[in-house]
Amino acid sequence: MPIDTKSTIDSGSPPPARRQTLAGLALLGVLVAAVVCTFAYVGGWFTPGKLTPKKFVDVFQAVDGEHAGFRRNHAKGLCVSGHFDSSGNGAAISRAAVFQPGRSEVVGRFSLGGGLPFQADTPTQVRGLGLQLTSTSGQVWRTAMINLPVFPVSTPQAFYERLQAGIPDAKTGKPDPAKMTAFNASHPESVAAVKIIKMNPPSAGFGDSTFHGLNAFVFSDSQGKSTPVRWVLEPVRSASTTALAIASATRPDDPNYLFDALIDAIHTHPLQWHLMLIVGQEGDPTNDASKPWPPSRQRIDAGMLTLDAVQSEDTSPTYQLNFDPLVLPDGIAPSDDPILSARSAVYSNSFTRRSGEHKPPSALTPASVNPK
Amino acid sequence: MPAQRTQFTMPMRILHWLMAAMVLAMLGIGFAMVSSISRYHALMSIHRPLGIAVLLVAGIRLIVRLLSPLPPFPPSVPPRERVVATASEYLMYTLLFAMPLIGWSMLSAARYPVTLFGAFRLPYIMPENPMLYWWLRKSHTVLAYLFFFTFLAHFTAILFHTLVKRDRLLRRMLPWKA
Repeated sequence: MPIDTKSTIDSGSPPPARRQTLAGLALLGVLVAAVVCTFAYVGGWFTPGKLTPKKFVDVFQAVDGEHAGFRRNHAKGLCVSGHFDSSGNGAAISRAAVFQPGRSEVVGRFSLGGGLPFQADTPTQVRGLGLQLTSTSGQVWRTAMINLPVFPVSTPQAFYERLQAGIPDAKTGKPDPAKMTAFNASHPESVAAVKIIKMNPPSAGFGDSTFHGLNAFVFSDSQGKSTPVRWVLEPVRSASTTALAIASATRPDDPNYLFDALIDAIHTHPLQWHLMLIVGQEGDPTNDASKPWPPSRQRIDAGMLTLDAVQSEDTSPTYQLNFDPLVLPDGIAPSDDPILSARSAVYSNSFTRRSGEHKPPSALTPASVNPK
Repeated sequence: MPAQRTQFTMPMRILHWLMAAMVLAMLGIGFAMVSSISRYHALMSIHRPLGIAVLLVAGIRLIVRLLSPLPPFPPSVPPRERVVATASEYLMYTLLFAMPLIGWSMLSAARYPVTLFGAFRLPYIMPENPMLYWWLRKSHTVLAYLFFFTFLAHFTAILFHTLVKRDRLLRRMLPWKA
């Protein structure tokens, strides 16, 4: 029977309309899957080994524990305020309003490195100074500086690995020295940077510390000409600042001796720093904050920073600011230093975490900040 | 009886495809940004002004949408699907405004300067408040995922009509005369 034969032949495959439907559904599936995979790819789902801001902040927490409400690094601090009087000299290389002759309002925060908000002050712990300069036109410039002359690492990856080497061992409660030895063996650039850091011992206190911006930035003048720049705050050392700092250093029973000396000094007279712009030349490394620039580079005295008031973090709105080093005015731009984008990303992640938490009172309470 | 319109008006079609490109770029940049160390700043510098551009174009689009005649649903779209399609359209319009406004608000609450280009920046539209920032920041993420899945449903639905039902529903939005 011919009809039966035909139906037998065709019975294995669907009729044309159904085949079209199946082909359409298959194509639909492929296209939808392609879109989902593209977004999963850009979101990093296929590269779980990649360094992310979250992993970075997690490793800070692994080193010093999680302290709700506090910064994940530079957790112990004190807020200050004052002003910056521009000399106008900086306007030669940057069109930023802050370098025009005149005054910018300043708020800032002195801090100690590490994630422990109640650690006892020690002379060798890294000292930080975060600043926000607001020009009369409302332009905002934030910078976070430390008292080290160079950064101990060159790249975010190396920074992450160095932090990992400092995670306390679960059994001993202390970092395994073998891990830091292994890190140093594979990072000679870090060993070289630490050698430079050790050649520059810290000053007596916060008030007579030099603070370094470390990373290079690109300044642009009004014609659009760009110049690589690093900056540094050089203290105006007065006899009384130094005396107060030295006197406080002899109070080893005071766990806040560095901060208490700072409070005493500001209540005695304003603390001042010169903002020095260091002009880079062709060949100076802009992408590596672990390498110093030659000391012969031109230095422009851009003006005087004056800090004349001090507040506890518990009462100062400055505490809430994220001193993201990439909050920059027009006329200052990031360089090719990979640490800059990493700092911005990691600060932001840390900021978001603490902004949703309740902060207990800081080590430096409003009572400890009052004149004695 | 005048012939029934088979396509959206030209301004609506142009705005649809322009916004599709902008929104997909914003979602992609946003997902990449939060997981990136090295490209965080570069992506953030695009995300902020592009987000404000979305807000502006969304405003224009809403006005055009309210003033434009719409093509009716073809008979191949059953009544219940019409309800879902209309609801998802309203949801996407809401997100087009909500996402950039939340982004702008959260930067304001955290006191991150809302710089768009050069020295041009927008004013703060929220009081400084870290907890408010935290809630807005979390909403920004949750609504980004909602936006992505709404887009995916929209994309799947039009593919189903075009590839499986073959009812030429897509021609209503094609940029050329179809």
